[in-house]
Amino acid sequence: MKAAVIVFPGSNCDRDCKVAIERSTGASVEMVWHAETALPSGLDLIVLPGGFSYGDYLRCAAIAALSPVMSEVRAAAERGVATVGICNGFQVLTEAQMLPGALLRNEGLKYVCKPVGLEVTNAQTRFTAAYGGRREVEMTVGNGEGNFFADEATLDRLEGEGQVVFRYLDNPNGSSRAIAGIVNDRGNVLGLMPHPDRAFEAELGSADGALLFQSALASA
Amino acid sequence: MRAKVHVFLKPGVLDVQGKAVENALHGLGWPQVDGVRVGKTIEFDLKASDAAAAEAEVKQMCEKLLANTVIESYRVEVA
Repeated sequence: MKAAVIVFPGSNCDRDCKVAIERSTGASVEMVWHAETALPSGLDLIVLPGGFSYGDYLRCAAIAALSPVMSEVRAAAERGVATVGICNGFQVLTEAQMLPGALLRNEGLKYVCKPVGLEVTNAQTRFTAAYGGRREVEMTVGNGEGNFFADEATLDRLEGEGQVVFRYLDNPNGSSRAIAGIVNDRGNVLGLMPHPDRAFEAELGSADGALLFQSALASA
Repeated sequence: MRAKVHVFLKPGVLDVQGKAVENALHGLGWPQVDGVRVGKTIEFDLKASDAAAAEAEVKQMCEKLLANTVIESYRVEVA
């Protein structure tokens, strides 16, 4: 099994993602600089990590979404490769229009950094299969702009098609319909604000994030 | 030519910055202030044959990068 973590200037969870994937799944993980115009061959998983790519200039992830490597990430996702954007990575996926909606400033004006309870809204996706019957999991959020927004028609469609994967039990940032994570209509691109990479072993307070990486690679 | 692009969150999209500024203005003794929205202005020089061509070019820039039309609207001025 082989995974890649994309590194943008200003990414700061790239190493966390590498360690989390390695320890959770035993997969080998390559770090890929944003300026690359090719991805390693034979990838089973691509992860866009958290951080402040390009200093959040203009809008969070706006410039990262136009990085050279992103056309390769888009092409790989179109071929069906599992792709996960975490936090700033989720913002990159919405800015790149690989996922619908956008992430606004948190309703409460504060950067929120704490463990949060999540409902596994759809346990049938390739990213949540390993949760089995578990409906509630815990991960950590750390964001100032994690307030998921989409118009009502898009929200209805996401809910109707089972594309809402995680929901906050106690909405920390004003996200529409308490949405914490969504998949694309094909089900192979996941974006979520909570960090599975900060919850992959009991010593971190929760090991629930490990199951996400295990699910993603088990289906590869 | 000089282009000015004004970008604002669309009406109906929560503008927490605007809300914070509004609260601050109320606290400073301007309770009559209402509906504050905070946006941004992006200015740059641009070579173009005429204003219409420049405006068309800048609009493309807005669609591709300068604004996220899921949440933002924009207005272009060229002079």
